[in-house]
Amino acid sequence: MKQHILPAIKLTVVCIVVFMVIYPLVIWVAAKAVPAKGEGEKVVVNGKVVGYALEGQRFTSDKYFNGRPSAVNYNAAGSGGSNKGPSNPDYLKEVSNRIDSFLVHNPTVKKEEIPSELVTASGSGLDPDISLKAALVQVNRIAAIRNRAPEKIQALIQSQKTRSLNGIDKVNVLQLNVALDAMK
Amino acid sequence: MNSEILGISIIFLATVLLAFPLGKYMGKVYEGDKTLWDKLFNPFDKQLYRLSGIDPSRPMNWKQHLTALLTINLVWFLVSMFVLMNMGWLPLNPDANPGMSADLAFNTTVSFVSNTNLQHYSGETGVSYLGQLVLMLFQFISAGAGMAIAAVVMNAMKERTTEKLGNFYFYFVRSCTRILLPLSLVLALIFLFNGMPMTFKGKDQFISLQGDTVQVSRGPAAAMVAIKQLGTNGGGFFGANSAHPFENPNYFTNIVENIAIILIPIAFVFALGYVLKRRRFAWMVFAVMTIGFLLLLIPSVHDEMKGNIAIAKLGIAQPLGSMEGKEVRFGSAASAFWGITTTCTSNGSVNAMHDSFTPLTGMFAMLGMMINSFYGGVGVGFLNFYVFIIIAVFISGLMVGRTPELLGKKIEAKEMKIAAIIALLHPFLILAGTALSSYIYSRNPAVYTAWLNNPGHHGFSEMLYEYTSSSANNGSGFEGLGDGTPYWNITCGVVMLLARFLPIIGPVAIAGILAGKKYVPESAGTLKTDTGTFGIMVFAVIFIIAALSFFPALSLGPIAEYFGMK
Amino acid sequence: MNTDQNKLFESSLVKEALKQSFVKLNPAILFRNPVMFTVEIGTAIMVAVCIWIATGEQSQGSLTYNLIITSILLITLLFANFAEAIAEARGKAQADSLRKTREETPAKQVVLGEIFVNEIKIVPSSQLRKGDIFVCEAGDIIPMDGEIIEGLATIDESAITGESAPVIREAGGDKSSVTGGTKVLSDAIKVRVTTEPGESFLDKMIALVEGASRQKTPNEIALTILLAGFTLVFIIVCVTLKPFGDFANTPITIAAFISLFVCLIPTTIGGLLSAIGIAGMDRALRANVITKSGKAVETAGDIDTLLLDKTGTITIGNRKATHFWPANNVEDALFVEACALSSLADQTPEGKSIVELANLNVNSLHTHGASFIEFTAETRSSGIDLPDGTKIRKGAFDAIKKMVTQAGNAFPDETAQRVTVISSNGGTPLVVSKNNRVMGVIELQDIIKPNIHERFERLRKMGVKTVMVTGDNPLTAKFIADKAGVDDFIAEAKPEDKMNYIKKEQQGGKLVAMMGDGTNDAPALAQADVGVAMNSGTQAAKEAGNMVDLDNDPTKLIEIVEIGKQLLMTRGTLTTFSIANDVAKYFAIVPALFIASVPALQGMNIMKLHSPESAILSAIIFNAIIIPLLIPLALKGVAYKPIGASALLRRNLLIYGLGGVIVPFIGIKLIDLVVSIWF
Repeated sequence: MKQHILPAIKLTVVCIVVFMVIYPLVIWVAAKAVPAKGEGEKVVVNGKVVGYALEGQRFTSDKYFNGRPSAVNYNAAGSGGSNKGPSNPDYLKEVSNRIDSFLVHNPTVKKEEIPSELVTASGSGLDPDISLKAALVQVNRIAAIRNRAPEKIQALIQSQKTRSLNGIDKVNVLQLNVALDAMK
Repeated sequence: MNSEILGISIIFLATVLLAFPLGKYMGKVYEGDKTLWDKLFNPFDKQLYRLSGIDPSRPMNWKQHLTALLTINLVWFLVSMFVLMNMGWLPLNPDANPGMSADLAFNTTVSFVSNTNLQHYSGETGVSYLGQLVLMLFQFISAGAGMAIAAVVMNAMKERTTEKLGNFYFYFVRSCTRILLPLSLVLALIFLFNGMPMTFKGKDQFISLQGDTVQVSRGPAAAMVAIKQLGTNGGGFFGANSAHPFENPNYFTNIVENIAIILIPIAFVFALGYVLKRRRFAWMVFAVMTIGFLLLLIPSVHDEMKGNIAIAKLGIAQPLGSMEGKEVRFGSAASAFWGITTTCTSNGSVNAMHDSFTPLTGMFAMLGMMINSFYGGVGVGFLNFYVFIIIAVFISGLMVGRTPELLGKKIEAKEMKIAAIIALLHPFLILAGTALSSYIYSRNPAVYTAWLNNPGHHGFSEMLYEYTSSSANNGSGFEGLGDGTPYWNITCGVVMLLARFLPIIGPVAIAGILAGKKYVPESAGTLKTDTGTFGIMVFAVIFIIAALSFFPALSLGPIAEYFGMK
Repeated sequence: MNTDQNKLFESSLVKEALKQSFVKLNPAILFRNPVMFTVEIGTAIMVAVCIWIATGEQSQGSLTYNLIITSILLITLLFANFAEAIAEARGKAQADSLRKTREETPAKQVVLGEIFVNEIKIVPSSQLRKGDIFVCEAGDIIPMDGEIIEGLATIDESAITGESAPVIREAGGDKSSVTGGTKVLSDAIKVRVTTEPGESFLDKMIALVEGASRQKTPNEIALTILLAGFTLVFIIVCVTLKPFGDFANTPITIAAFISLFVCLIPTTIGGLLSAIGIAGMDRALRANVITKSGKAVETAGDIDTLLLDKTGTITIGNRKATHFWPANNVEDALFVEACALSSLADQTPEGKSIVELANLNVNSLHTHGASFIEFTAETRSSGIDLPDGTKIRKGAFDAIKKMVTQAGNAFPDETAQRVTVISSNGGTPLVVSKNNRVMGVIELQDIIKPNIHERFERLRKMGVKTVMVTGDNPLTAKFIADKAGVDDFIAEAKPEDKMNYIKKEQQGGKLVAMMGDGTNDAPALAQADVGVAMNSGTQAAKEAGNMVDLDNDPTKLIEIVEIGKQLLMTRGTLTTFSIANDVAKYFAIVPALFIASVPALQGMNIMKLHSPESAILSAIIFNAIIIPLLIPLALKGVAYKPIGASALLRRNLLIYGLGGVIVPFIGIKLIDLVVSIWF
């Protein structure tokens, strides 16, 4: 053991320099070349930062497209899921309540049309996206409140739609709502 | 084919295609054979050796290897304890996060030194940037240490009689500088261009569209995420790990990160083929691991895509499958795929909350960790598999009427004793830990309600999962568990510590002893270890020892939950 | 010896074995077997539980049920003990029948008399000690193992070997050893006792079988460790189940715990392990091979290289002279006469066959006053010196050539060519010279045993390399080697060549077996990993080897290798079977443990067993009765088929692995159908 202690300490110091100092510095410098400078891409409306493109934020108002339920209430200084088990009765009650509440806010929607992601919490609590279906199912509500033709809202959704590499059609809720606000 | 399934198939195939050349390269690195990059790395490594006062050409026997490993790990332990407990006043702490309590620092230190990355803290609030960087350091060097030890065992498995099994520091430095570092650099750059943050600025604040004041955690994430995946570490920068949009921004980064999770574990198998000059043997190992992996994967993907039965009963649609705890940009197939890869490889990073998986997926994730050798962690996964090979060789050797031998070395009582102890350690740690917790909880459920986020069988699964994850050095969790208490910090810490080092010491001892034995050339009567039949034997041994011993426990957890939901 | 070998359970043996089954319940004895010892502890706990219930405890189920569980556990133990006991009894009976023949035979001991220096005194054989000398005349039974120090006799060894043809044993040389229990047919011999009573090989073997001195072989130890490991895992599984059950509010009875535990631990192999080892030695004994340790049998299964003497193993008996080939300027008759003269004193079968082939009136040859030259290893020739000074020599080509050329004479080409032709046809040329001039060459031919080629093929498939050892020249050796199908040969072998070959192979990591009889074989026998000495061989050879073949049959090595392989295979396959059984047992017992409080787990009861009680009972009943069902297999051994290791593994994995998974499902279900009548 004795003969190994000194090399172990020295090697650890060397590793600290290489992996803890040089390596992150290299990446940090490289980050300056990236558009967002490695500080996260911001969404700016009228010169004001209204959020980060990658992070979802709380939309509870009926006039906005609502995102997914969040176990951390979209607190981006933390993150996390509900960690509820699939058979947990309290959890199922909660989901059931969300369904009822959704139906109240969206009276034109039938229960079986509600996509589950709108009533289940995301893993990060900051999920920025909802699926195309989940956006479309909110169209009538938005249209009614904003007094717009549902077709226009639908067209807006389609224009904001992106397709993941795995074939899932989704929309970024923040971007969609920014676009919605910007809609003439 | 469903596009989600196509997506995960591509991830897997791409990994294997990349692992093949990488494995060969790794083999060359460990053998000291010529590679294209020598001109770049040779002078670099030379400086490292010179500064550390190490002679990398001095061969060590297996005992010296272990001493070197344990000594340097002790140094790391002390460094980590110091930083984690004092980071409150140390620099690089823009968010003014406090230092850790002793028990949490112990747990976190053991967790990162042992390549587990179980996190009983949340990255945003629990550690400073300095703390994150120190943890990132361990993500490099703990992985490097595991890989170095696997290189020692591979070296020992060669067809010759020797005590000299290379130099530990040589393998360690090469693992870090020639494999982990370059791959991390490439990965981190990819992540940067996909929007992952890499900044030392503190939290940002803005007013949201709806008018809420929102604080946003950031930090030097890209550098850490790269190595957390490559080194099967899994310790995330943010609390939600790779489910967090900053830690895994889109499906493309998800592909890259997921490939990184299983890349080196699979490449290790091919490296083995290169080092031993036994391609068929490597393919046998790969086939057994892959079949086992697929057996866990396929039902999991199926169940997650099908959705939660209980939710279906509420009458809503589940077009994306079971979405509780999952992110829309990944979908349920990629989440299940990630869940199984991260548990099979002892990585432990997550892109969906495992606690909310449907019961059987949760069980398969646990099984992946209970078996812990379907690919397994970098280096150590092969060591676990090696123990199963020893047992399989022993039984099947007898079955063909010969004293069992592995690659020309006879397996005798001493090796069997070590293999039996190591094979039994994992069930022991998991079951004993869970039993102790069950005992404490069931004595006084009212006092310990904060432990379990879910009642009944699922609550039991949370405890079982925690110890399984600790013992498998995985680090993922059924995070509903209230694990931030001294009890969990200390018990899990002890489990991680034992489960890291004993399963390293055992295989190294076996391989070292075998290497010193007389080499017996193959004959027609020798049991071939590179055949499908032997593969089936290894699989059967793994199934019966590693999987079936947990059958009673699993039947009170996920299995009971599954049948209860039907 | 020739008692019914196929009958596994002779009633007298069974009776003895039954008795022993109970004796072996003694924990001090059972402690050697960790698996069964834990079953015994389990049984003891169940007895305590039964008493507890009898005193009024309610939580543990009915007394009847617990009593049944207890008794099934006890029966499991008895079955395991019985397996060992019956194997011991059979081995002992086998050895006893050998020993009986030589107990209390009157011995004519030669003692320092009062009147004469040597006096004959009749004593019981049991009083003979090592070093004592006795005489045996025609009709006497030889009282003890010994070495002939004077005389020659024909001996009937059928009592030991079953071979009816009498053999000749004589003082000096390699055939000087006699075995107690055999009978002198003619002549008289003086014999020195070579072993103390109770220390003969047979006695040692009996002791081995009886278990007193039976040491576990390395493989057995390793396997026991593995099984102990399995047992520990299942202890952990069962003990931790208690708090798990508490958490799930599922009370689990002690009976259920112990049943689960006993079912999961590898009781099948644990119960049969020592029986398998004993049966291996017993099988060797049945093949008339006495093994000095169990390890030797095991090692035999690992043999990589087999050294076989050509004569008697590969070829039938001895070479015969088939042709006289005189040199060009030598008359036929003269050459034939020289051949005959050179061989007159040669008592080897080859020498005799030359005289026979010459077909001359022996008396017409003038040998009065001639001196015979014995064969020595140095000159490698023999012959005769006639009174007129004529020196006739007969010997190997190079030996005679050396002699002739040293004397300044040329070696005739045609003879040299003939030598080559004979050699390359597998014959043995013996060159004859007269006064250092070559007269011609005698052709001796070997007759290769029928079917020997197939046997070597079989060995090759087992992975055993065969090496023929012969005194022949390389050409002859090669011809025979090719014809017989051996892999390698040592030609013109001197005793040290064998030794060197063995050492060379061993350095390459190989295990070598050889058979030998002579004193000069002793070092090689000792060096070889498996050295089989012929019973007719010298005492030195028998001491050096680790097995003694009573039949003196050189092909026995092949059988011994197979017995060794069978032994290991039986262990391996039954281990596999035992462990594979666990799958079904889990599915029988685990649902049964929890169904009461977690009814949903009924979905796991894939065998649709009737009730938790019947499920547990069926599993432990199956667990118990599988042991006696497998005793015949343990005793007879798993059939060995030389089809290559991979094919063999596939075959055994299919039969014992897959079979081990399926059989208990069927068995437990069937038992459940019966048990469900009551539970």
